[in-house]
Amino acid sequence: MSRVGVFVCHCGENIARTVDVERVARAAEQLPGVAFATDYKYMCSDPGQGLLKRAIAEQRLSHVVVAACSPRMHERTFRKAVEQAGLNPFLCEMANIREHCSWVHEDREEATTKAIEIVGMLVERVKKNRVLPTITVPVTKKALVIGGGIAGIQAALDIADAGHQVVLVEREPSIGGHMAQLSETFPTLDCSQCIMTPKMVDVANHPNITLHTYSEIEQVDGYIGNFQVTIRKKARSVDEQKCTGCGVCLTKCPQNKIPNSFDCNLGTRSAIYVPFPQAVPNIPVIDREHCTRFKTGKCGVCQKVCGPGAVDFEQQDRLLVEPVGAIVVATGFNLYSIDEKPKGSEIKGYGEFGHGRIPDVIDGMTFERLASASGPTGGKILRPSDGKEPRQVVFIQCVGSRAREKGISYCSKVCCMYTAKHTMLFKHKVHDGQAYVFFMDARTPGKSYDEFWRRSIEEEEAVYIRGMVSRLYQKGDKVVVMGSDIAVGVQVEIEADLVVLATAIMPRQGADSLAQKLGISYDKYHFYSEAHAKLKPVECATAGIYLAGACQGPKDIPDTVSQASAAAAKVMTLFAKEQLEREPVVARVSEKNCVGCFSCRKVCPYGAVEEKEIWDRNGKLIKTVAYVNPGVCAGCGTCQATCPSKSVELDGYTDEQIVAMIEAL
Amino acid sequence: MHHAKPKHEFEPKIIAFVCTWCTYAGADLAGTSRMQYPANVRLVKFPCTGRIDPVFILKAFQQGADGVLVSGCHPGDCHYMAGNFHARRRFAAFRKLLEFIGVDLQRLQFSWVSAAEAGKWVEVVTELTERVRAMGPMREFKDLALEEQWSGSLTTPELQEAYEAI
Repeated sequence: MSRVGVFVCHCGENIARTVDVERVARAAEQLPGVAFATDYKYMCSDPGQGLLKRAIAEQRLSHVVVAACSPRMHERTFRKAVEQAGLNPFLCEMANIREHCSWVHEDREEATTKAIEIVGMLVERVKKNRVLPTITVPVTKKALVIGGGIAGIQAALDIADAGHQVVLVEREPSIGGHMAQLSETFPTLDCSQCIMTPKMVDVANHPNITLHTYSEIEQVDGYIGNFQVTIRKKARSVDEQKCTGCGVCLTKCPQNKIPNSFDCNLGTRSAIYVPFPQAVPNIPVIDREHCTRFKTGKCGVCQKVCGPGAVDFEQQDRLLVEPVGAIVVATGFNLYSIDEKPKGSEIKGYGEFGHGRIPDVIDGMTFERLASASGPTGGKILRPSDGKEPRQVVFIQCVGSRAREKGISYCSKVCCMYTAKHTMLFKHKVHDGQAYVFFMDARTPGKSYDEFWRRSIEEEEAVYIRGMVSRLYQKGDKVVVMGSDIAVGVQVEIEADLVVLATAIMPRQGADSLAQKLGISYDKYHFYSEAHAKLKPVECATAGIYLAGACQGPKDIPDTVSQASAAAAKVMTLFAKEQLEREPVVARVSEKNCVGCFSCRKVCPYGAVEEKEIWDRNGKLIKTVAYVNPGVCAGCGTCQATCPSKSVELDGYTDEQIVAMIEAL
Repeated sequence: MHHAKPKHEFEPKIIAFVCTWCTYAGADLAGTSRMQYPANVRLVKFPCTGRIDPVFILKAFQQGADGVLVSGCHPGDCHYMAGNFHARRRFAAFRKLLEFIGVDLQRLQFSWVSAAEAGKWVEVVTELTERVRAMGPMREFKDLALEEQWSGSLTTPELQEAYEAI
């Protein structure tokens, strides 16, 4: 006979405002098998949990239902409390009467009725819950970091410094990411290269870090503590062991007019190239799309001039499998481009800004490369069309960001600050120049940020015009900017020599396909979703996977580095344990009923179903049945729904439990 | 602001079978975003839509549900890699069977709602509730269940004949 205890939480006013919690508790008391029901202001608080524990002891409760928030929020909290009171934690269920009831309904009567019914369903379910033992699994103390920008670098260094092995995978030929492209950084105007490159070298030299550049994640199997990651090491066409990084091949390559994407296509590079001089590792890659050898079979100059004989045209992609215990995703961002977007895309382009037809309309990253001492112009601000120094530069903010009509509603967070920085860099290099900024709002939250922005206006004489730009067009060698000044209420026309667009931050292209490999969720823009916006900002809902940097949402460098270190700390916490407790939600086979059809094996995505032979005492084989390896099973339950003889059961989600809920309807 | 709601003669019962990773989380987000939708839906949480046995849908109709919603992660986004594909195949076949036994398929809805699609969750639930409300109560299964309860067996002449033939 079960003695269920029902605990109804007010959640301050959050539940009690729309749900009559007392009535819910009184109704619960009447349900068969319920021995005790009460309501309390904050069940999750210390006194609330105390109340729960005391009731379990005093009322000799056998099962517990806590009617409060979503189980995704506090299931662990209450299961832990129940365990401390001496009950098996899986004899506790949560009835979600906040997210699924009080917050989404206004009518008190309706909401109260619904809450009573939800509690009723969970009471029926919990009565069928069984005692489940915790399953422990070993932890592989090696981490995978995906992405070698500042986020990935920071996370990898932190984990490696704590004494754990790290595998760092970067898609491009060099680590460094976007930060390596920047000229100087706000609000201190530190040279980006100066603070970034030492960290890149640290990664290369760290005894605990294995670096795979020009590599991508092919496949991810397993679960927290025990992932198997397949990495595709793309063919570099250069032997990493033999290459000394002398760079002779780069200078001799006849195909040397290829736009350099690291310099936003301003400069050129050869077909065999390193993306930038400080690249880590300093090993070239052959761009097979542009290489004459790969296109026509002729040439081969680089191979001839390479002293150590490192160039290898026959090299193939290699697949490596790495066992890891935790994964940090730090894939960063792409910049929104103003080009026409594919038909049907929710995100629109900016036809009115010239579709990239006007050469002197550039984006912020291109301006960074112009201003960078290591850039294609050696740090001189020269405009792309004729290489002249611009006198009047117009900066346009929120291109893509906060533009609902273009399909992006969020703020990209960093553009206000980097545009202020651009006006300063421009003024420092072109003393008689004039910068204009079209802006909606200046958003400068951050330490010393507002002071920095003010400096761009007060000391560097940037003219800020509050308003939007409607059109850009070429007139002679000028770009005419047509906009409005809403503070004064007039139309403005500026003949600019150069226009710089502060384009929105978007997730990496292909972020969705990586998420699908990892089994993590993402939002409509394809930014990765954290487990909880406030309390679990670096964890994914998928255990053992953590987020760092702009792949989760627009972020500046200080925020990115903080989040990367936080993700690293989470990984270290995980690695501090020898054994890991995991939810005992796994499938079990009834050997009596199983007929050995192995339909379950066909649908199991994890290969958890094995064969088990059953012998009689005379050594005769009776039958072969399915056996689910609890270490491999992830608990999806597809096998149970598939099994024709109903011989598989998923602990925690048995047919009995589900049917009990439906019957409570 | 509290608005007086129009009273309906019939409030349908909707039961939703959802996966914990996408749709349950999406419904949570609707809550944290304080969106509003009809109070007719009751959720049953599963680890994955792949776990949902079609029998549960029958059971729900039999227990008096007027509409059933099955919702999980978008194709390709399954937390367990392929559970929702199995579910999709299973339910594609199961719909035919339901239609054959005389259930109006308008009462049954399949949808993909991700953890970020609170708005879509509200849309799906509201639409289904309104649609089923317009259709009126689902009687067929309830009557059948009652009959079974009273007589202990189904007594159609055809069945009786079949029993006697055994």
